[in-house]
Amino acid sequence: VCIHRVRSCSSIRFIKSKYVCVFDKSALKFSHQQRLFRTSAVSCGQIVQFKLSDIGEGITEVTVKEWYIKEGDSVSQFDSICEVQSDKASVTITSRYDGIIRKLHYNLDEIAYVGKPLVDIEIDASKGVAPEEDVVETPPMSHEEHTHQEIKGHKTLATPAVRRLAMENNIKLSEVVGTGKDNRILKEDILNYLAKQTGAILPPSPKGEIIPPLPKSETVPAAPKDKARKIPLPVSRPLVFSGKDKTEPITGFHKAMVKTMSAALKIPHFGYCDEIDLTQLVQLREDLKPLAQIRGVKLSFMPFFIKAASLGLLQYPILNASLDESCQNVTYKASHNIGVAMDTEQGLIVPNVKNVQVCSVFEIASELNRLQALGSAGQLGTNDLTGGTFTLSNIGTIGGTYTKPVILPPEVAIGALGKIQILPRFNGKGEVFKAQIMNVSWSADHRIIDGATMARFSNLWKSYLENPASMLLDLK
Amino acid sequence: MVFQSSLKNCLQLSCILRTPKAGFRSSSGGLIIQSVSNDVYQNLAVEDWIHDHMNLENRQVLFLWRNSPAVVIGRHQNPWQECNLRLLRQKNIKLARRRSGGGTVYHDLGNINLTFFTTRKKYERMENLKLVVKALKALRPQLDVHVTDRYDILLDRQYKISGTAAKLGRTTAYHHCTLLCNADKFVLSSVLKSPYKGLKSNATPSVPASVKNLFEEDPSLTYEMLLDAIAEEYATQHQIDHQITLINPADETVLPGINNKTKELQNWDWVYGKTPKFSVSTCFNIAYKDSVIDVKIDMDVKHGRIEGCNIDLPDQWLPLALCSELVKNLTGSKFCPDETTTLATTLLRVCPQDDDMHSRWNLLCENMRMLM
Repeated sequence: VCIHRVRSCSSIRFIKSKYVCVFDKSALKFSHQQRLFRTSAVSCGQIVQFKLSDIGEGITEVTVKEWYIKEGDSVSQFDSICEVQSDKASVTITSRYDGIIRKLHYNLDEIAYVGKPLVDIEIDASKGVAPEEDVVETPPMSHEEHTHQEIKGHKTLATPAVRRLAMENNIKLSEVVGTGKDNRILKEDILNYLAKQTGAILPPSPKGEIIPPLPKSETVPAAPKDKARKIPLPVSRPLVFSGKDKTEPITGFHKAMVKTMSAALKIPHFGYCDEIDLTQLVQLREDLKPLAQIRGVKLSFMPFFIKAASLGLLQYPILNASLDESCQNVTYKASHNIGVAMDTEQGLIVPNVKNVQVCSVFEIASELNRLQALGSAGQLGTNDLTGGTFTLSNIGTIGGTYTKPVILPPEVAIGALGKIQILPRFNGKGEVFKAQIMNVSWSADHRIIDGATMARFSNLWKSYLENPASMLLDLK
Repeated sequence: MVFQSSLKNCLQLSCILRTPKAGFRSSSGGLIIQSVSNDVYQNLAVEDWIHDHMNLENRQVLFLWRNSPAVVIGRHQNPWQECNLRLLRQKNIKLARRRSGGGTVYHDLGNINLTFFTTRKKYERMENLKLVVKALKALRPQLDVHVTDRYDILLDRQYKISGTAAKLGRTTAYHHCTLLCNADKFVLSSVLKSPYKGLKSNATPSVPASVKNLFEEDPSLTYEMLLDAIAEEYATQHQIDHQITLINPADETVLPGINNKTKELQNWDWVYGKTPKFSVSTCFNIAYKDSVIDVKIDMDVKHGRIEGCNIDLPDQWLPLALCSELVKNLTGSKFCPDETTTLATTLLRVCPQDDDMHSRWNLLCENMRMLM
């Protein structure tokens, strides 16, 4: 062990005495463990105690609030190690070395002292990192970007100032020819590289290369596209894709969706589709919109669809029923609590309008407004989300014509409405006219609903909507 | 993060910083910028951007900004402990978590924010605050304002008109503070009062203080006057032109990568997920039909998600299987009323249809939502 130590010591260019490796028991223990695990030529490195540097303002102690790394993680110079807090100041402590974290000296919420060890880092002996004091102003960069700069095992010698210049201009040090001592990369080398790349001061745009994605990264948005016109085409680089698969547990909304859909699977679905001529309804809505507006309510098509469905359910109550678990009994629900599928940021939710059978179209519209407002603010209550007996999904607002909707248990039917399209149709006189056509796709539980019932319900619903005045006859 | 940085991109900002002003000025330079946006996330993103990308060796920066109504919590704080989240959601007031330490503040357009950017070596909060006080006194000599050793600015020796927080990185640092000019004190006090009981946490607590608006003391003051006075004082001290550069926090050409930073700050995982581990232990009564029952809830929340959950109910009030299913589903989901409601209501779909049971279930869930 000793001989090994001496050899590795000589290749490390430490200058400051306070960072000389400490040969205490723990260091020896680690190096011993290293021998058991490591087989490569890269020998066990030196354990360096990275001390908490001066925070300023005469502060001597801080509280450790978050660790960004754990024991065993490898870090690069300038990676964030932890966040500490002192008297309203939050400080990000970054690593001075490349290496592997061997020990964290504090737990969360413990007090850490300036000048005392914060973490132990095992430095890779072959990478002689020369630690300089805080005079260097290299902007802190994320870990992934930094590893981008160093091909493992390949020494790229450059001072931190030069590294910064390279990083800022998105240049890989490994691609720059160094003209300094030991092939060290100098500032002039970076500038020459830049000039050669594009003939301009601007850096080459890394379009041909997919940069490994950061946890929350996205490609740089719109504005740089303008730049693309001015920047000459970059030198083509080999496509490098180092994206990784990401596995995460299913929680929250998705979990709820999994549960609902798994239960829905047990229901034998059958579908029935049709097209509805909404030409007259479109006109009616146009006429009524301002009236509703005066009363402070936004009137869409949904209130009409919902009311027409309720009128249909009065004639075909089996569609507003529920089958019990053992399929022994059918419960005909008295209330028409019609659910409206809503797409929110988090996912699909289905609040319902209660007792549509006693509501006017205006009241339904008003209630929909309320549910929509709550839905987008994430404030829907349990009462709004339970008790539904029948559901309509207006997927047409996003797009689509015919779909195959899935019934939401414990209901037995669901309708999905496609988008309204202007299509040519023949009228009674055989003339072609412009019609506003919408497609509807119903799904029903074939255990208690038969095709004929579904078809008749759909026809009735269709007739109410194609000729809105006929709704007046049956409105209660 | 990949960003197209070059001298040309940062023309208006870092280029100015990089090219030394040859000759006729001393080495300490400065730049005063003001945001044209009132979006708290965009403005916080500007702070991040300057902190990460600007060279402050030869030039310091003063950033002036105001936000539309928002509650801003410190880096290591617990929003449930600090503010009334229910009220925030109702009133559509945004919640943001800043990267600096310190306590919770309420921002609206009646509050001015000042951020002083320097290198880490030149980080000096007292100096900055004294600058602000000097500016105020120059504007209105009769104002009784002074800086405390807790880095607050007090009016009339008793009312807090400014709070401070700071962020130190490897090479740069910033110190920002608020300045109450004409904020809505009523909303301020109601949103900063947490209704949540039974929280146990090591998060940094805020220290409540009585506040007062500067405009209350002197109604002749306006924002322009205050901003001008502070900019003037800063310009004098740094020996630069008294000129305020406007910046647009949505402009990628001037601040490449800024929109990503804004998105990070809006992300649930940052705002709520960065809450230090805490536990909730509370009980409530539910009155249903003729009886009142006691319910006891215990939850452990880590990274904003429910790590462990226990619901204590009287036997038979709700089916045991359903309750344990709820607990199982809540584990791992966000400590958030929306998710809890979705999960709870979905569970009802797959169990026997009993109106009575449904009503009790809804009552239980409504009460649980109130905890979040």
